Amino acid sequence: MTPDAQLELVTADGRRVSTESAPCPLEVRGLTVSYGEKPAVFSVDARFPSGSMTAIVGPNGAGKSTFLKGALGIVRCLAGEIRFFGRPFKETRRDVAYVPQRASVDWDFPARVIDVVMMGLYREVGLFRFAGSRHRARAIECLSRVGMQDFADRQIGQLSGGQQQRVFLARALAQDAELYLLDEPFAGVDAATEHAIVTVLKELKAAGKTVVCVHHDLSTVSAYFDRVMLINMRKQAEGPIAEAFTPETLQATYGGRLAASQIDELRLGSA
Amino acid sequence: MEVGAEFVQLSLAPIVIGTLAAIACALPGNFLLLRRQALIGDAISHVALPGIVVAFLVTGTIATWPMMIGAAGAAVVAVALIELIKRLGRVEPGAAMGVVFTTLFAAGVLLLEQSDTSGVHIDVEHALYGNLESLIWFDAVGWSSLADPAALAGLPPQLFRLAIVLAVIVVFLVAFWKELAISTFDPGFAQALGIRTGAVGFALVVASAIAAVAAFDAVGSIIVIAMFVCPPATARLMTDRLGRQIAWSVLFATTSAIAGYVFAGYGPLWFGSADAVSAAGMIATVAGLQLGLACMIGPRRQRTGQAAAPH
Repeated sequence: MTPDAQLELVTADGRRVSTESAPCPLEVRGLTVSYGEKPAVFSVDARFPSGSMTAIVGPNGAGKSTFLKGALGIVRCLAGEIRFFGRPFKETRRDVAYVPQRASVDWDFPARVIDVVMMGLYREVGLFRFAGSRHRARAIECLSRVGMQDFADRQIGQLSGGQQQRVFLARALAQDAELYLLDEPFAGVDAATEHAIVTVLKELKAAGKTVVCVHHDLSTVSAYFDRVMLINMRKQAEGPIAEAFTPETLQATYGGRLAASQIDELRLGSA
Repeated sequence: MEVGAEFVQLSLAPIVIGTLAAIACALPGNFLLLRRQALIGDAISHVALPGIVVAFLVTGTIATWPMMIGAAGAAVVAVALIELIKRLGRVEPGAAMGVVFTTLFAAGVLLLEQSDTSGVHIDVEHALYGNLESLIWFDAVGWSSLADPAALAGLPPQLFRLAIVLAVIVVFLVAFWKELAISTFDPGFAQALGIRTGAVGFALVVASAIAAVAAFDAVGSIIVIAMFVCPPATARLMTDRLGRQIAWSVLFATTSAIAGYVFAGYGPLWFGSADAVSAAGMIATVAGLQLGLACMIGPRRQRTGQAAAPH
């Protein structure tokens, strides 16, 4: 057993509460995914503690998205043990929300904004049932949290990239989960959308939820997140920003592709 | 004979059968189209031929049920082969479909030639055009026959088979509406929700195969191929909502079946020709014309996705 798993707290009325009663939202060991011959993610161990907000950072093709998809079982893992809240994903799906990359779907699909958000209520609506007015009200509420309530009846193809990303976030909010896994939520969005998304994610964190984002913009990592995982097929570093987001770990992750001046800028940003 | 008796006897059953076949194919066609798998209807109707030949060689009869089971079995084999080639060969789905259905269709033709089927009537022309015009309601004496149980029992059996198949497909689409919609729009998200997207996709193809085989028996493969693609594609140009798209596709399938049959039977007379033309061919043509019209004047013909294209 690891030392922190043995930690026990004693409550005011004398009950002993093990830290195991609040298991880690996501813990992976040895996660390995391969497309064909070449591994995309190789033997990654990672822990995402409850209430944390983690950026997964690395160069293009480093396996950031694949890591999330492997953890969620969307791509097949060659090896690895994955635990959501200490249990297999099958048993904990209800507590996990996922936002795929915006560019991964066909926005010409015949659906309105409200239809997409209600997809997040799938498990709540249940098999062989249709969404009712109660579900529609919930979806509108989620849309208003991302400032999109006026677009409920708009066809999704008529939205800007930033608006589409907010719709995806609203769908994740509809899932009312404990853990939010987002793949590049800030890719190709306008400044207003970026601000709106960060605000919502920080609200989630404040409410005790756990957030994990695949993120590509090194300059905003320390402003938006409190933890970071650097990955380039293998995990390069993981931990609080101050420890894991250093010139050495970045250099190791990007293999010398970052200029020294860029790294200095990042250090200034995080200082 | 009372007024309309001839119409009821000669035309009513073909029109109803053509309409049922068109709707049964158009319904799953909507989802195939959105999944960029519309050609699977083409594939299924081609592989029906080797399936039918094998079924004949095994059973020695040309009874309907062995033929349909043979065709359906061939469709499932074809779908499995397409998946296999897609995964092992890492080629795009269209290429895998093209390879499988042409190869199996060719194998069917060879098998037909080489085996001792000279005594029975399985011909390629029949497979293409069907025999819609021959599905006559002999027992009908007029509109009153619709209330006569004895006469109704004499309706062509294809009508009942297609009605059952259509009911099965409607139940499937309604029961798994959410699963079909979510896994078609966003497969990754669907899997994270716990939807078995592979099973949903396979069930859709099996439903399509059932529709194709039942329709193929009655109306031939030309209508089958046209109805999987044309009404859904036309409907997509009319609306931006999935439910409404499907409703439009049912309407377009119905109008092309009815108008196509009427034009084929009476159109040549209007132009002074004595002979009717193939109803199946005319139904497919009308479906194509509807699509052409919608391309020109459909309210949703401007694709909107450009705004969302990455970068």
